[in-house]
Amino acid sequence: MRSVGKNVSRREGPEKLTGRAVYLDDLDIPGCWHGVTVRSSVPHGRIKAVKFDPAFPWSDYVVVTAADIPGRNVVTLIEPDQPLLAEGLVRHREEPIALIAHADRAKAYEALKHVTVEYEKLPSVLTIADALAVKEKIYKDDNVFKSFLIRKGDVDQALASADVVIEGEYRVPHQEQAYIENNAVAAWEEDGVLVVRGSLQCPFYVVKALKVLLGRDESKVRVSQTVTGGGFGGKEEYPSMIAGHAALLALKARRPVKIVYDRHEDMAATTKRHPAVVRHRTGLTRDGRLVAQDVDVVMDGGAYATLSAVVLSRGTLHAAGAYECPNVRVRSRVVATHTPPNGAFRGFGAPQTLFAAELHWEKIADVLGIDSLALKRKNLFKIGSITATGQVLRESVGAKSCLDVVVRRSKYAQRRKEYDRWNADPKKPSWKGIGVSVCHHGAGFTGSGEVYLASRAGVALTRAGALVVLAASTEIGQGTNTMFAQVASDTLGVPLDWLEVETPDTHKVPDSGPTVASRTCMVVGGLVRRAALDLKAAFESEHGRVPRTRAELKKAAAALCGAKPARRFEVQYEKPSEVTWNDATYQGDAYGVYSYAAFAVELEIDRATAETKVLRVTTAQDIGKAIHPLFAEGQIIGGCLQGLGWALLEEPVYNDGVMVNSQLTNYVIPTSLDAPPFDVTVVEKPYSRGPFGAKGVGELPMDVPAPAVAAAVKHATGRLIATIPLTPERITAALAADAEAARV
Amino acid sequence: MGALTLTVNGRRRTYRGAAFTRLIDVLREDFRLTGTKEGCGEGECGACTVLLDGAPVNSCLIPVGQAAGRRVETVESLGSPEKLSKLQQGFLDCAGAQCGICTPGMLMSAHAHLKSGGKADDASVRTALSGNLCRCTGYQHIVDSVLAAARGKKKKASRK
Ligand code: FES
Ligand code: FES
Repeated sequence: MRSVGKNVSRREGPEKLTGRAVYLDDLDIPGCWHGVTVRSSVPHGRIKAVKFDPAFPWSDYVVVTAADIPGRNVVTLIEPDQPLLAEGLVRHREEPIALIAHADRAKAYEALKHVTVEYEKLPSVLTIADALAVKEKIYKDDNVFKSFLIRKGDVDQALASADVVIEGEYRVPHQEQAYIENNAVAAWEEDGVLVVRGSLQCPFYVVKALKVLLGRDESKVRVSQTVTGGGFGGKEEYPSMIAGHAALLALKARRPVKIVYDRHEDMAATTKRHPAVVRHRTGLTRDGRLVAQDVDVVMDGGAYATLSAVVLSRGTLHAAGAYECPNVRVRSRVVATHTPPNGAFRGFGAPQTLFAAELHWEKIADVLGIDSLALKRKNLFKIGSITATGQVLRESVGAKSCLDVVVRRSKYAQRRKEYDRWNADPKKPSWKGIGVSVCHHGAGFTGSGEVYLASRAGVALTRAGALVVLAASTEIGQGTNTMFAQVASDTLGVPLDWLEVETPDTHKVPDSGPTVASRTCMVVGGLVRRAALDLKAAFESEHGRVPRTRAELKKAAAALCGAKPARRFEVQYEKPSEVTWNDATYQGDAYGVYSYAAFAVELEIDRATAETKVLRVTTAQDIGKAIHPLFAEGQIIGGCLQGLGWALLEEPVYNDGVMVNSQLTNYVIPTSLDAPPFDVTVVEKPYSRGPFGAKGVGELPMDVPAPAVAAAVKHATGRLIATIPLTPERITAALAADAEAARV
Repeated sequence: MGALTLTVNGRRRTYRGAAFTRLIDVLREDFRLTGTKEGCGEGECGACTVLLDGAPVNSCLIPVGQAAGRRVETVESLGSPEKLSKLQQGFLDCAGAQCGICTPGMLMSAHAHLKSGGKADDASVRTALSGNLCRCTGYQHIVDSVLAAARGKKKKASRK
């Protein structure tokens, strides 16, 4: 009967495989109009006029501007700084200014050509450097949305007395989530309730935003998720914006309106991964033991605060890597620029800082003349290690196990020698390299985040004998529906197919917090398990035992529910007593537990074209317990390929504050031919607080590829290139610079 | 605006409207066959893949006029949730679909590959699917799904 740990079929699989699954644009909404968005074409400017072509049949259309907003013109998230529709001032390209709807999709788009916005252009700040130099004030006096400082020991003194001090600077670019289903939301009013349906990760975020925008009670807003074609963080916060737009159009048009972005609009206007510059100054003993890490992080947040503070927090907390060091200082800032706001993307700040922390070991290895793998082994987290925030790692530390598996399965030592020989032969057409990385990733919200969220989830028993999991966590491909049913059925000790999983609909499910931060399985799955335990206890005390047949279940349900149509067993998050965190000093248990991953990549670079082919990936990831091993492997392979894309191919090109390659034609993501074979090992070091021992898996796979790729490129070419993506152009330029330097 | 006929999933259908309307719009909006998905509208992602006289095409690039008098097959022509085709079963067993948005296109490309006698090995399947982007799976489970379906077929054939 047990299903946890088994590869049961995806719940919604048959619908998805037959074209029956209903994504937003597939919904048949009678009388639905199509909404489109008028966007800014300057990075910074004063709106002088919005002109509607007088010859155009505007009476066939509905037009909305900021003046139509009944509540406050703000997209509520962390800070109230981002307007739903720009008023007076635009602060980035592609900023929404007005909305248009028409019954016909093509006619709605046609109207965009008949609106002109006149601006008084203002000076713009488009780079991190210009933002820090305060060339123009965007946010407060210093353009810094948020800064953090972590301090452990005495870094200055330790650096002064270290045998060696090694510095490095590392840069990572934006990254586009590139879910294959673009953003899409529909809204309409039904009996005084505003109904929103959409492709989204966090239905309760949308409720909170609409409440403020529309000035209505939460009970008058109902948000439910449609089948969602990928999110990766990209549908965490931006859907609140689109839902606001669709709601205003629907209320004014008095009919349903849907907004479905096309690929260009989705890429150019919506959030991306934060670009970052990370500097390391590291003190070590001559034999390679860490004595001090001084890390400086700067990220580009874009024009509004959105989630930048939280992204920076996670980046900061991972900036020292998975290594123990007695003296650590991490200073971090996220700055404002006149570019579209950056936001959530799988990994949420950690891939940026972990890239630097891991790749820096290659530099250290060169200086000390010790192999980077040996250096990593010497300093790696183990049980009892104390992190930069003073957290003692008490349990479930699989870093070394993962690294051992990867080194063994990839035949690291043998390959290194083999490739050294290959590279030494000038007649070979290519260079080959192998690189290894090892990273940690905190599961769940940072520090006290889970306490503030106070998430709830439950299991309901209906009078008719249905068992229903109630959670707001969204299925975005990762297998939430299946996994919750597994956890609940095993906890109850009933067959898997007795369990249903409710659609995340804010009028039906409790607020389980957002579907982000690798928290769905560990945190919300843990709540589902607790709720199921409560139901189990109720069965036992009120019916004598947990029912064994459907017929018995019906009988028990009638007894437990009495006259009520259903009984809900809901629980709220409770902080494990051993977890303590101080938000003011950034000291304590930053996360309840960490997941760990090691990753080896082998690649081949054409000597003539500098084109890179990834030959093979070997990875081992400690996720506590795989509730569904095949889905966990799917998360790992999928996340790792996104990481390989970021490392080698993907680069949003910005010009005048906007992404100019906002198409899949020239923003290249990996295809089936770019993807290497993956050798995946799931390592299970159970976490005592996770359901069945589970930790997080969603983001971890994104952390490891980029530093391993850069290390492998160094092995292949002899050149440490500290900026990704490692495109043929970048590799060629780096090698040409070396050749030039050798001549001088 | 004229009328044109095409055979969709074995049924003769008439479309009244402009011949340059994209095939994907006719399928999704006029015929309500929403299994075919749009991911980019410019021939890059393959989510809109359907078969035209048995060969995979991007329906976002094809004007419906070009399909007049021809055979169109969409994902709806494969199996039903109650009775999945072998290929669909392979995807269910090997976790070939995560978010599922690329899946209809993947299935149609894979179906065309296997039906036309394409080889059931890793490299051939990857080549056949190289016009279909998937951002979730990293492709490995999709390739496994197709290979499992192909092997299943062979097994059955040899048992006969
Ligand atoms: S929608 Fe046709 S190829 Fe992307
Ligand atoms: S399963 Fe999500 S894009 Fe392929």
